[in-house]
Amino acid sequence: MSGHSTYQPQSAFMKWLEARLPIWSLVHSSFIAYPTPRNLNYWWTFGGILTVMLAIQIVTGIVLAMHYTPHVDYAFNSVETIMRDVNYGWLLRYVHAAGASMFFLAAYIHMFRGLYYGSYKAPREVLWILGVIILLLMIATGFMGYVLPWGQMSFWAATVITNLFSAIPVVGDSVVSWLWGGYSVGNPTLNRFYSLHYLLPFVILGVVVLHIWALHVVGQNNPTGIDPKSDRETVPFTPYATIKDGFMMVCFFILFAWFVFYLPNYLGHADNYIPANPAVTPTHIVPEWYYLPFYAILRAIPSKLLGVVMLGAAIVILAFVPWLDTSRVRSATYRPLYRQFFWIFVVVCIGLGWLGSKPAEGNYVLYARVLTAWYFIHFLIILPLLGLLERPKPLPASITESVLGKGGAPVASGAAAPERRG
Amino acid sequence: MSSIRSKALTLAASMAVALLACGAATAAEEDNSPPRLRWSFAGPFGHYDEGQLQRGFKIYREVCGNCHGLKLLSFRYLAEPGGPGFTPAQVAAIAAQYKITDGPNDQGEMFERPGRPADRFPSPFANDQAARNANGGLLPPDMSVLAKARTFERGFPWFVFDVFTQYQEQGVDYMAALLKGYEDTPKGFAMPEGAHYNKYFPGHALGMPPPLTAGQVDYTDGTPADLQHYSQDIAAFLMWAAEPKLEARKRIGFQVMIFLIVFAGLMYFTKKKVWSAVAGHA
Repeated sequence: MSGHSTYQPQSAFMKWLEARLPIWSLVHSSFIAYPTPRNLNYWWTFGGILTVMLAIQIVTGIVLAMHYTPHVDYAFNSVETIMRDVNYGWLLRYVHAAGASMFFLAAYIHMFRGLYYGSYKAPREVLWILGVIILLLMIATGFMGYVLPWGQMSFWAATVITNLFSAIPVVGDSVVSWLWGGYSVGNPTLNRFYSLHYLLPFVILGVVVLHIWALHVVGQNNPTGIDPKSDRETVPFTPYATIKDGFMMVCFFILFAWFVFYLPNYLGHADNYIPANPAVTPTHIVPEWYYLPFYAILRAIPSKLLGVVMLGAAIVILAFVPWLDTSRVRSATYRPLYRQFFWIFVVVCIGLGWLGSKPAEGNYVLYARVLTAWYFIHFLIILPLLGLLERPKPLPASITESVLGKGGAPVASGAAAPERRG
Repeated sequence: MSSIRSKALTLAASMAVALLACGAATAAEEDNSPPRLRWSFAGPFGHYDEGQLQRGFKIYREVCGNCHGLKLLSFRYLAEPGGPGFTPAQVAAIAAQYKITDGPNDQGEMFERPGRPADRFPSPFANDQAARNANGGLLPPDMSVLAKARTFERGFPWFVFDVFTQYQEQGVDYMAALLKGYEDTPKGFAMPEGAHYNKYFPGHALGMPPPLTAGQVDYTDGTPADLQHYSQDIAAFLMWAAEPKLEARKRIGFQVMIFLIVFAGLMYFTKKKVWSAVAGHA
């Protein structure tokens, strides 16, 4: 993709295949010879982690789908059959459920990395927007997946979220009953959520392919935000990035395994072990943790329609960040003022998440409004102003200089991977 | 720059304090947190106590099963590893004591037959309406996953510590406390007709009358037949009913963690070796 195909087929079979479908040279140029900045830190490993998490969710999901029944009378019991009677069904279910949480955790870290290092800035705007699209698809997929076990939270989350569309003027109620397939959340709703929950991960997969393609056209960003100036400032993806990604993946799996094997129900809600009952509303309807910040924003706005609009805006505004941020310096490493506001933004997001788990009463409402206001102020006022008003630190001349210091030792030819030629 | 940093830190800190104070204020209305009990199945090396599960099963059969179903459990689970440890012959005998509705037969009629290990526990009532009718309009919930369907708010910062202590026994702590939590109705408390005051039940007006009294169920293994032991034994049994694979899960979890930690170590040193070729990196 970046035009670095140095692969020369050796065997007769590979020559034959390359002439017909050059898939191996594609893999070679994209993931083996692909030049990667040499100074990437561990925050850059989450893209690989996310790809693996998508694969894990798809594989566990497909096997779960073989045993699950998408009917209101059988769904809850079919999940329990998976937990009790299917060989290692409990493992599949817990991996899939905890996997969704890990998927979002990695996605948020991946996004915060982008916000910190300016990975959304030219020429990576399309890459960033594709990422926002992936996030939207993930949110939809996760929501529909949570409905499938048909517990109390499943049912009532479906009721709350689908009811949001009634805020649309004129056609709102019709849209909602069209989504429901009836006059309330019921069997048609469950069935179509199942169908879409199976479909969307493959749409995500397609957009991920575009995302990686867009990345490979422009190349990776790096902690300095300065483009590599020569081959000596990059290393081939394999073995350097591969082993670093692999190490971080294993560490990530340790955290994943901790939840799957020892705390499998920690991230979930006890009420979802109560079969769905349309006649009984849970005391507190809350989504899973990864939706809590958006839930807090939704409830903070007094108007129903405006609340829904702000909920959507909170995500969609991310797509405009490449243009909202006016700074000509990419990386927060050299933007000391932006760095402060970045960390405030992180605290605000965590605060919104905590507030999303609380009932919308008393002081919680006030705090949610304050933090919601800050959330949008960060994007609409702070980002544009900072670029114009901030005095960034002086940028190093190159990646090499940032790594070795000015006038440092001559660079050993680290870019020469131990690849044999010929 | 540093004044901005300190301003930012002050802002963040004050927000945190405000949020904490706010949280503490609402929790102070009532603190009905059940006491944390010791469970044999808690922690990374937890396992069920077969004797406890068998005693709990006895309580279920003699007391709870009169109103509460266990419809997601098959009799044969009683003989599976990681459970009460009955033998297949004992399970067949237990199953045979239950009457299972089967059919239709060739005449088109439903009929009753003795249970088999593959059958599920029959519920005490034919349907929810019959259950409500026999219980003053209230529905005794099926208990198959009840231990996972009940919890209580831990609050900050306890829910953070729980990640490290692996506290997953909220359900059983709550249930054991509830069974011992019946008290005389305090003066001035508006008790609805037919309800019973329970310290741990949210709202305190519990429809279920105190189900257990000391000496009610005969323990043949020498365990004291008091409410303390009854409540823990039935809670432990219900935990097994909800999570029959707990022992396998924790055992495999340990193997997986050891593998991943060793693997991470190997990956780390391999990474360092590979990157040693690049100047400026370790």
